[in-house]
Amino acid sequence: MSEQTPPAGTASAETERVLELDHVTLRFGGLTALDDVSFDIRRGEILGLIGPNGAGKTTCFNVMTGVYRPTSGEVKFLGESLLRKKRFQITKLGIARTFQNIRLFKSMTALENVQVGADAHHTTGVLSALFRLPKHRREEAEGNERAMELLGFMGLRDKADELAANLSYGDQRRLEIARAMATDPKLLCLDEPAAGFNPAEKAKLMELIRRVRDEGYTVLLIEHDMRLVMGVTDRIVVLEFGKKIAEGAPAEIRDNPAVIAAYLGVDEEDAS
Amino acid sequence: MSDEIPPVEINADRLTPVGGGRPSAPVSLRSRLRSMRDKMGRLPKPVKIILMVFAALLAYALPIINPPILSTPDTDFGGVLFIVSVYVLVALGLNIVVGYAGLLDLGYVGFYAVGAYVVAVLTSQHASWPWLATIPIAVMVTMVTGVILGAPTLRVRGDYLAIVTLGFGEIIRLTAVNSDWLGAAAGVPKVGKPPSIELFTVPHLNWDSGVPLIDLHRETTALKFGVIDIVPYYWLVLTVVIIVLFGDMLIKDSRVGRAWEATREDEDAAELMGVPTFKFKLLAFAMGAFVGGLAGTMFAGRQGFVSPQSFPLLLSILFLAAVVVGGQGNRWGAVVGAIIVGYLPERFRGFEEWRVLIFGLALMILAIYRPQGILPPRRRAQARRLDQKLDELEGEEVAGV
Repeated sequence: MSEQTPPAGTASAETERVLELDHVTLRFGGLTALDDVSFDIRRGEILGLIGPNGAGKTTCFNVMTGVYRPTSGEVKFLGESLLRKKRFQITKLGIARTFQNIRLFKSMTALENVQVGADAHHTTGVLSALFRLPKHRREEAEGNERAMELLGFMGLRDKADELAANLSYGDQRRLEIARAMATDPKLLCLDEPAAGFNPAEKAKLMELIRRVRDEGYTVLLIEHDMRLVMGVTDRIVVLEFGKKIAEGAPAEIRDNPAVIAAYLGVDEEDAS
Repeated sequence: MSDEIPPVEINADRLTPVGGGRPSAPVSLRSRLRSMRDKMGRLPKPVKIILMVFAALLAYALPIINPPILSTPDTDFGGVLFIVSVYVLVALGLNIVVGYAGLLDLGYVGFYAVGAYVVAVLTSQHASWPWLATIPIAVMVTMVTGVILGAPTLRVRGDYLAIVTLGFGEIIRLTAVNSDWLGAAAGVPKVGKPPSIELFTVPHLNWDSGVPLIDLHRETTALKFGVIDIVPYYWLVLTVVIIVLFGDMLIKDSRVGRAWEATREDEDAAELMGVPTFKFKLLAFAMGAFVGGLAGTMFAGRQGFVSPQSFPLLLSILFLAAVVVGGQGNRWGAVVGAIIVGYLPERFRGFEEWRVLIFGLALMILAIYRPQGILPPRRRAQARRLDQKLDELEGEEVAGV
C-alpha cells in the first residue's frame, strides 16, 4: 500500500467497519465536548484524527475506550455496542490505546509492562499461580514470548529488564505502543505517539506505525503534525470544537477550505 | 533509534563510570547494605537455597540457643519470639494489600480480631470444637469479611479508603465490646489450644556465666502446647510464616502479582490494558484478610483468652508501621519491619516507660534515613539508585560549568 494514493480498501464500500461512531454527543455540564460526531474506521486502514487543540480528539478516544459515556449516540465495535461495557471488557474485545501523556507502570520492568497487556486475555488466578498449574505455566510462557516478540518489534529487546521509569522518552513512547499491541487489539488507538519527538524521530515512528498496520492491525492515529498525518494515513477525520468538519483521503483534506480555515492556517499548530 | 536524544535520558551504562569512579565516596552503611544485597542476588540458586534453609533452622533454634544480647532479659524470650512471628505473619498479609496492590488499609487489626474471635466462639463460647478444626472456618469468615468490607469501599481511593478501613477496624472492636454473644467487654476465656503431640524434650542454653551451659531447669517439650512454655507456639507460627512466604512468592510472580502492581502504579491505565482492577483489588483484600485471620487464630490459640482490648487501633498502626518501615512491596522488607516493630519494644522493656520513646525515636531515624523502608523492593531500589546517579551527574555538570 503506497502512502499517497488511497488504498483499495477505501474505495470499496464493502470494507468491514471495525468501529462506528454514530451521532455521538458528549456534554460536561454546559460544555459540549463532542457534538453529533459520526465516523467509522475500516479494517486494515490507518485513520488519522486531527484537529486544533481542544477539538475533542482525546475525548473521542475516551468515548471509544469506555472512559466517558456519551450523552447520546452509539458507539459500536464490530457491530457490538460499547456503551454498557466496562473499560477492561472493551480492551478484551479488541480496542487498545496509548496515552497522550505517557502512563506506563513505572516501577515495573519493560517486559512486565508488556506482559500486563498480554495478560488481558489470560485467566490465571490465585490457585493456578499457587500450585503452578499447567494453565499458569502455559499462559506465562505465552505472555512472555509475545512480550519479547513485541519488544523486539519496537527495538526494545535489550531493555526488557529495565524499569519503565528508566527508559528514555522515546523508548517509553514505544513501550506504550508495545504494551497496547500486547492486548492483541483489532483496533490500535495511538494518542499523539510522536509528541515531543524531533522530525527525524517522528518520521521513524510513522514508518513504525505503517509497519504495525502491515502486521494486520487497524490504527487510529491522533497527531498534530499535518505533514506526517498526510504521509501515513489512509483517511483523515477532522474535528473542530467537538464537531466533525471534514472526512476523506489526505489529498481531499489538504484542499478542503473548511480545514484550511480551521486548522492549516493556524501557525501555532505546527509548533507541537 | 536508541541513540536519539530525548529530553530525559537515563542511561545506566553511560552513568556507571561517573558514580563508580568517585574516589572520595564514603562507604556508608546504606551502600554496604546495598552491595550485600547485590551479592546475595548474584549467588547461584543452590547456594541461596542452602542459605535459606540454614536461616530457617537458625530461626527455629533461636529460643533454644537463647543468645545473649539478642535475648530479652526482662521478658520470656520464647514469648517475644512468638509475638514477633505473629507480627511477621500479619505484616506479610498487610504487605499484599498495602505493598502490592497499593491500598492503604488502616483497619487491618479488624481481620486479625475476626480470626481470633471465630476461634474463641467455636472452641469456647458457643461450641467446643478442637482448635485445629476452627481454622478453616476462621479463615473463610475473615476472607468473606474482607470481601464485604472491600466490595463497597474499594470504589473509593487513597485517603478515602484509609478512612473507611480505619472505621472498619473500630467497628469490629466496638461490635465485640457491645455484643454479649461475643463475650462483651470481658471477652472470651478458655479458648482452645492447638493439639499437643509430645515428641521430644530439649533443654535451653544458659549464658549467665559467659559460656553456653545446658540449663536443665528450662526445657521445651516439642510440641506441647501448654500454658507456660511458649516456644512450641513460636515454632507453629514460624512454620505458617514459611508456608505463607512461599505462597506469596508464587502468587506475586504471576498474572495476579502483575495485575496488583499495575493497579498500584496507575489504576486507570491498568483498567485500559485489560486488568479488571476492582476484581484484583478485592482479591488483594481477601488474600490480606486470609493471612490476617490466620494470624488471629494463632494469637487466640496461644493466648487462651480473647477480648476487645487485644485489638486496639494502635495495633493497626503498628502493623502498618511494620510494612512501611520494612519497605512496602517487598516481602522480606515486611518481615524485617515486623521484627523491628515487634522486637524492639520488648528488648528495651528494662527502660520502663522510656521504651516507647526509644521506639518512636528509632522509627523517626528510620523515616529520615531510609524513607523508602529498610528493604525496598529490589526494582524500586534500582530506580532510585539510577535517579541518584543522575542527580550526581547533573550536580557535577552544574559545578563544572
